Amino acid sequence: MRDVAIIGAGETKYGEHWDKSLRNLAVEAGLKAIEDANISAEDIQAIFGGNMSAGSFVGQDHVGALIADFAGLAELNVPAIRIESACASGAAALHAGYMAVASGLYDIVLVGGVEKMTDLPGDMVTDILAGAADREWEVFFGATFPALGAMMARRYMHEYGLTREQMALLPVIAHKHGAMNPDAHFQREVTVDQVLNAPMVADPLTVMNCSPVSDGGAALVLASADIARKYTDSPIKISASVAANDYISLHERESLTVSKSTVEAGKKAYKMAKKEPKDIDLAEIHDAFSIIALLGIEDLGFAKKGEGIKLAEEGQLYYDGDLPYNVSGGLKAKGHPVGATGVGQVVELVKQLRNEAGKRQVPDAKVGLAHNVGGTMTSSIIHIVEVM
Amino acid sequence: MVVPRFWRERRYRYSLIGTRCPVCGTIYFPPRDVCPKCGRESVGKMEEVQLSGKGKVYSYTVVHQNVLGYKYQKPYVMAIIETPEGPKLTGQIVDVDPEEVHIGMPVHAVFRRIAEDGKAGIIQYGYKFVPDKE
Ligand SMILES: [Zn+2]
Repeated sequence: MRDVAIIGAGETKYGEHWDKSLRNLAVEAGLKAIEDANISAEDIQAIFGGNMSAGSFVGQDHVGALIADFAGLAELNVPAIRIESACASGAAALHAGYMAVASGLYDIVLVGGVEKMTDLPGDMVTDILAGAADREWEVFFGATFPALGAMMARRYMHEYGLTREQMALLPVIAHKHGAMNPDAHFQREVTVDQVLNAPMVADPLTVMNCSPVSDGGAALVLASADIARKYTDSPIKISASVAANDYISLHERESLTVSKSTVEAGKKAYKMAKKEPKDIDLAEIHDAFSIIALLGIEDLGFAKKGEGIKLAEEGQLYYDGDLPYNVSGGLKAKGHPVGATGVGQVVELVKQLRNEAGKRQVPDAKVGLAHNVGGTMTSSIIHIVEVM
Repeated sequence: MVVPRFWRERRYRYSLIGTRCPVCGTIYFPPRDVCPKCGRESVGKMEEVQLSGKGKVYSYTVVHQNVLGYKYQKPYVMAIIETPEGPKLTGQIVDVDPEEVHIGMPVHAVFRRIAEDGKAGIIQYGYKFVPDKE
């Protein structure tokens, strides 16, 4: 295995893109990353594209081929494969791209993530997203994805005394950061009262505890570390790329308040990167629901079980705090185009580590962690990146 | 969807039939071909077992979303039910004031219509839970 570096990064604005299709979004992100990497089409040896459910959202499968084609790569016959792991599809594509370069099979690959979600009405989007859970034994009986998140939250409140007021701090922090990100879906701050008084989705989660339905694309160009400096002065090394899984349904798990896939992936990622939680300068943590972010903070070792929310109460999660959390705005404010999210998290880390993040720049950022999960924390994929 | 999709699960959904691993004794619901604890040792040996339908609320929520096939039921109570046999089940709690649902509340399974109407108009049946009478 050889070292792998990110030499280019790009993404679309996340949001409701009435005027842009799946392919428009994917191509826009891909071209930005290619331009950023200062490479030409001939340099790309393979494409790995993260996408959860274009087949259901827009009736289009074979997404890898479509994107390569409309990115202008059909004449070059570049291989392009779509990777799926529900909401962790983006990180799964990055994991695949990492392996492809680390193994020596390819020297330069393009990793993309894309989702076009707003071409369908809300109840159909809810139904498609529920496909990340067990369709026959959870969803069949009426469990939506937010309902499953809500049951995690309810159990956590029961075991650790968490209040809705405390949980509301996480979306407040995400929106504070999103307000400083011109590519975020929501660029406005919110208050604890606004979170609490927003329409209830699945008690105790209001709509403000849930990430929005967004369109968007994100892309990265990976290269073997030994050639990275040929293309850029500021390559970012991928120090860890680790995935782990758990039972797909919540009801099979011993506990709803700890994610074994995140714990396991986290331990392995720290070992692979030779890092500890205290070495992480900023973290993009999957906050599809506030409760998932809270479990992420704890299960990645940033706080003891039951005490993660203290970091929010003490102000440590802001971009100028001790553990800058979701400085992009996170899934909550930056948006959650599911297949793009995991790639977009790392695009944010690249901007931060290159000191190009503008108003939300984390001072002296050298090491970043991205935590992307699929389903109810069923699949957890973690990347640690650092300046080379 | 066509009828076989729902028909093939009917025994398990209608009668709460799960499987027991004879190697370690763990009971699973829904049924499994392989015990996650015993792996290959359990293959071909898993035995069917019927759950009692008794249980307690492990966690719950009140769903306020518009959900395909469930639109006319909202708001409804979804729960994870812990059974005395071991497995936990996901299902609705009905015939109850949502305000009264709490963790630890004793419930039992009943046979009910689950969804009013799927995409193909098939009426689906299975288990829901109701509170035990005091
Ligand atoms: Zn066993």
